Amino acid sequence: MTHIAARMIRIAGWAAPRPLRFSVRTVEVFARKELRDALRNKWFALYAAAFTLLALALSFVSMGGTGVEGFAGFGRTAASMVNLVILIVPLMALTAGASSLAAEREQGVLSYLLAQPVTRLEALLGKYVGLAVALIGAIALGFGLNAAFLAIRGGTGQIGGFLTLIGAAFALALAMLSVGFLISACVRRQSVAMGAALALWLVFVFLGDLGLMGSALVMGLQAPDLFHLSLLNPLQVFKLLAMGGLHASLDMLGPAGVYATQTYGGALGWLLAGVLAVWIAAPLALAQLIFARRDVS
Amino acid sequence: MITATNLTKNFGRFRALDGASFHVGDGEAVALWGANGAGKTTAIRCALGLLRHRGSVRIGGVDVRRDPRAARRQVGYVPQELAFHDDLRVIETMRFYARLRRVQRERIDESLETVELARHARKRVRELSGGMKQRLALALALLSDPAALILDEPTSNLDAAARRDFTALLRAQKRSGKTILFSSHRIDEIEALGDRVVGLDQGRISFECAPGELVRAADLRCTLQVVVPSEQLDEAMRVLRAGGYAASRNGSAVYIETLADRKAEPIIALGAARISVRNFDLSADDHSAQLSGGES
Repeated sequence: MTHIAARMIRIAGWAAPRPLRFSVRTVEVFARKELRDALRNKWFALYAAAFTLLALALSFVSMGGTGVEGFAGFGRTAASMVNLVILIVPLMALTAGASSLAAEREQGVLSYLLAQPVTRLEALLGKYVGLAVALIGAIALGFGLNAAFLAIRGGTGQIGGFLTLIGAAFALALAMLSVGFLISACVRRQSVAMGAALALWLVFVFLGDLGLMGSALVMGLQAPDLFHLSLLNPLQVFKLLAMGGLHASLDMLGPAGVYATQTYGGALGWLLAGVLAVWIAAPLALAQLIFARRDVS
Repeated sequence: MITATNLTKNFGRFRALDGASFHVGDGEAVALWGANGAGKTTAIRCALGLLRHRGSVRIGGVDVRRDPRAARRQVGYVPQELAFHDDLRVIETMRFYARLRRVQRERIDESLETVELARHARKRVRELSGGMKQRLALALALLSDPAALILDEPTSNLDAAARRDFTALLRAQKRSGKTILFSSHRIDEIEALGDRVVGLDQGRISFECAPGELVRAADLRCTLQVVVPSEQLDEAMRVLRAGGYAASRNGSAVYIETLADRKAEPIIALGAARISVRNFDLSADDHSAQLSGGES
């Protein structure tokens, strides 16, 4: 039996499993380079600036609307920020991830990089870490200025929920970055990768929401089905997590929210965080599998 | 130092390499020779572990597939198509690759000095000429002072002067004891640098020989265009055919097929028969003109 398996492996051209060799230092070299490139990328700067300005505008508007300075400022702003994060953060992360490998592959740089004494895992992880730091930095800047503005104006209340929102936004950015890397590992041309990233962004942001609502109407989906289906969309998971942090229950989201709160109770936050963790790890692992097996031309 | 055994690589249905085996000994310079599409670049990319392949490549005793990092640590690579981060300065590029290769900073200056690029260190890569980029690629390849260099058509994109300078740099590296595997379709380059030639044809090893035997081993031929007085055309054709040359005529020109390293012989034969050769050239569409290092 072992002999047959060995023969099949040989025929298929697979190599025997190799010991995992991994250098944190090499990952760091790639990460630094990627971070530097991201900070010089005008599209990345534009997205980050848009996010920061809109976050500031939201805090200004929500504080102004209360009539009493500072009243529940963090809670009101955070609720508005959920929608801003859902729109901008996935777009930033998906496009950054999608162009990471594809751009260098198209320029021929990737082939030269991988001819150095590095492994593909180191290259992929280094690029991921560099872009992740850039993304988290940009999001933190937006939230940080937002929080500073609220604090100066005397905003109070629900700081825990605000922090949950920030953490969930970081996780969403990492998940979308992983999906972007998966796109980048699959396609050869940067333009195709960017097109795929934008298409997927549309699917996640609009079709995911509308599709869920449409399916509920047409197929007569019940609350449990709706909730479980929404876990397939990382943007919905982020929304549930953030809203749960802000309101302690998801009842305001309708029957699906009531079902989730009643069924999972205190474990709901962990469940949602776990789903986001899977959305971070699974696409990145798949990207590495594909990247490691493909020829570099 | 470098041993390839039964290298086979398919791109879809196209078999780019078909059981190719070759060996490069320590301190030896071996040229992979072949026409475009013969499999030279594919063999080099397999050797670097960039392409999945059947068969094996060992560099310094390390299997490239099993431990690509350890294998690649022993070689410096100069690709045919140079692709660096164009927005970086030369010195920044050197520092980035020095960190990847875990090389001390002093080596950066030494490598730049070796390829005479030190005074251009502050230039951005996109500002460099083709020759300078090629020297930058060599400086990067030399950063870790590797035992072997692998070069893919190292002078194919250079003009004559830059080609001469670059070949001189490579010869200096060879003298210092470096093992060199390079692909080329230029006889002058192979003769200047190579100790041995491995011929590739449609992915298979077609011959192995010394550089001086390449023309005969590969049966390299070229077509000479010779202009003679119109009244001597018939006599010229008779002399050439009697000498065993394949010759044809077109107007006042005679076209003669000859071995690439014997171009003077038919002209000497015509002169001996008192036929006045007014002009001669390599035929403009002759592919082998490139093979023989001619500039026409």
